[in-house]
Amino acid sequence: MNELIEFISNNLQLLYILILAIFIGVELIKNVPSVLHTPLMSGANALSGVVIVGALLVILQAKPDDFLSLGLGFVAVVLGILNVVGGFVVTDRMLQMFKKKK
Amino acid sequence: MTITLSIIYLITTIAFVIGLKMLGHPETAKKGNLISGVGMGLAIVATIFLHDFEVPTINYILIGAALLVGSVIGYLIAMKVAMTKMPELVSLFNGFGGGSALLIGLVEFGNFSEDATQTSTIIAAIIIGSITFTGSLIAWAKLNGSMKDIRLPKYNLINNLVILALIAFGAYIVMYDSANLMLIYLLLAASLVYGVLFVIPIGGADMPVVISLLNSLTGIAAAITGILFGNMVMMVGGILVGSAGLILTFIMCNAMNRSLSNVIFGAFGGGDLAIAAVGKTGGTIKKTTASDSAIMLNYASKVVIVPGYGLAVAQAQHVIHELEELLTKKGVDVSYAIHPVAGRMPGHMNVLLAESNVAYDKLIEMDNINPQFPNTDVVLVVGANDVVNPAAHNDPSSPIYGMPILDVENAKHIIVNKRSMNAGYAGIENELFFNQKTSMLFGDAKSALTELVNELKNM
Repeated sequence: MNELIEFISNNLQLLYILILAIFIGVELIKNVPSVLHTPLMSGANALSGVVIVGALLVILQAKPDDFLSLGLGFVAVVLGILNVVGGFVVTDRMLQMFKKKK
Repeated sequence: MTITLSIIYLITTIAFVIGLKMLGHPETAKKGNLISGVGMGLAIVATIFLHDFEVPTINYILIGAALLVGSVIGYLIAMKVAMTKMPELVSLFNGFGGGSALLIGLVEFGNFSEDATQTSTIIAAIIIGSITFTGSLIAWAKLNGSMKDIRLPKYNLINNLVILALIAFGAYIVMYDSANLMLIYLLLAASLVYGVLFVIPIGGADMPVVISLLNSLTGIAAAITGILFGNMVMMVGGILVGSAGLILTFIMCNAMNRSLSNVIFGAFGGGDLAIAAVGKTGGTIKKTTASDSAIMLNYASKVVIVPGYGLAVAQAQHVIHELEELLTKKGVDVSYAIHPVAGRMPGHMNVLLAESNVAYDKLIEMDNINPQFPNTDVVLVVGANDVVNPAAHNDPSSPIYGMPILDVENAKHIIVNKRSMNAGYAGIENELFFNQKTSMLFGDAKSALTELVNELKNM
């Protein structure tokens, strides 16, 4: 219990940010018409590729002889950028089709 | 971390929020996607160049190579895939994101393992990343048809036990043995297995909900790794995706009138429930031909087309648009009724029809089209089944009872195009087909519609 209280008091700012971000996410999506759900899901999916920043940090901080970190980091960056580039491009392709006709 | 880097992360975070907001409106969606994309690009470039640690050249080369390989492959897949395959693709990309998170957790375990908070963050990243990784890959395989639903005996019990064991195991590592790499590998393997177990029993019709849920989990995994690095853009970006994905999951559940726990533990779309519902209706069906249907459509003044996934499978989006144009030219008022879960994903049908140039304002959502059915002369149902099944209104024993549907039975005539009398994706008999006002036009959607178009041209 004490540890929990200590954790909360040490990370108060973090908790505020997390909770506010949760509300923003909910409010942003709540009233979206169902026509846009597929592009939205795919767009949000592209955003989750932000994990690539962590993958980059792994490689940047790895020592040149630490082959395990370098190798895993390499794969992590490849997967992350696949998620980012693929996600944004495919969302764009979908939205391309939503042009208003005539 | 340099101050410039922090400012760029702040700009990226704002770009994410604005981008997501703009994605929610048809007119601004494309720009919104571009804004978040640019934000992401900024964050990536800034992370590589604006840090304050010593980095050997070889690491830069590796980063460059990884970015190049991943971007090229991602771009090619995204450009080549057919629009009907969209749900699979989202699932696949999502799995990659989860995989990235789990690898980061794995590497960082060695670097950070002194502190209990950090160890638990890493363990959470590994568990969630692994579940989304294998879960998404299984979802991908199931959606593209290379894998069937598998239900182990007592799978609910097994799955619940496995997830509880995973959490307990994670907690054990944090508290007692946080330097043991072997245990982490074991945890990793168990989490990967859980991702498989979690998705294999879920029925095909529920797949979109699962994808959305997994998408949300990837966001959470990204946020957790963000906490680990004290990196705001990962944290806020991840949480945004996490909460947005969760809300989207609930919206989809509502559209199908099912609770999330029902989707995860209910294993619908096969099995006992569906069998109970079959065989209640019976009665006779009325077959029709393309020329009879063409006459009926030609003399109607208001026609509503109800497209379903069958239309997409048969690649008949373009023919249906031709039919619509032809009828419009003959003075018929034609619109499309779009059920929120038509297709394999909410909004999927809109994308498919938009691809074949159907005007956006001809696509009418369920709540707006339902009151119009009594004034509609002919409803043409193409490859849709469960979304027009009246059992949702009047058969409490039906597994889809209570799901909002398109009330096509209120129209004056109904033409249903189907390949055969097989039950729909949810495996339920449809009494609409036995309705006196219904005529069945059997055949593959594309060839049946092409025939219809040709008949109409000759009139």
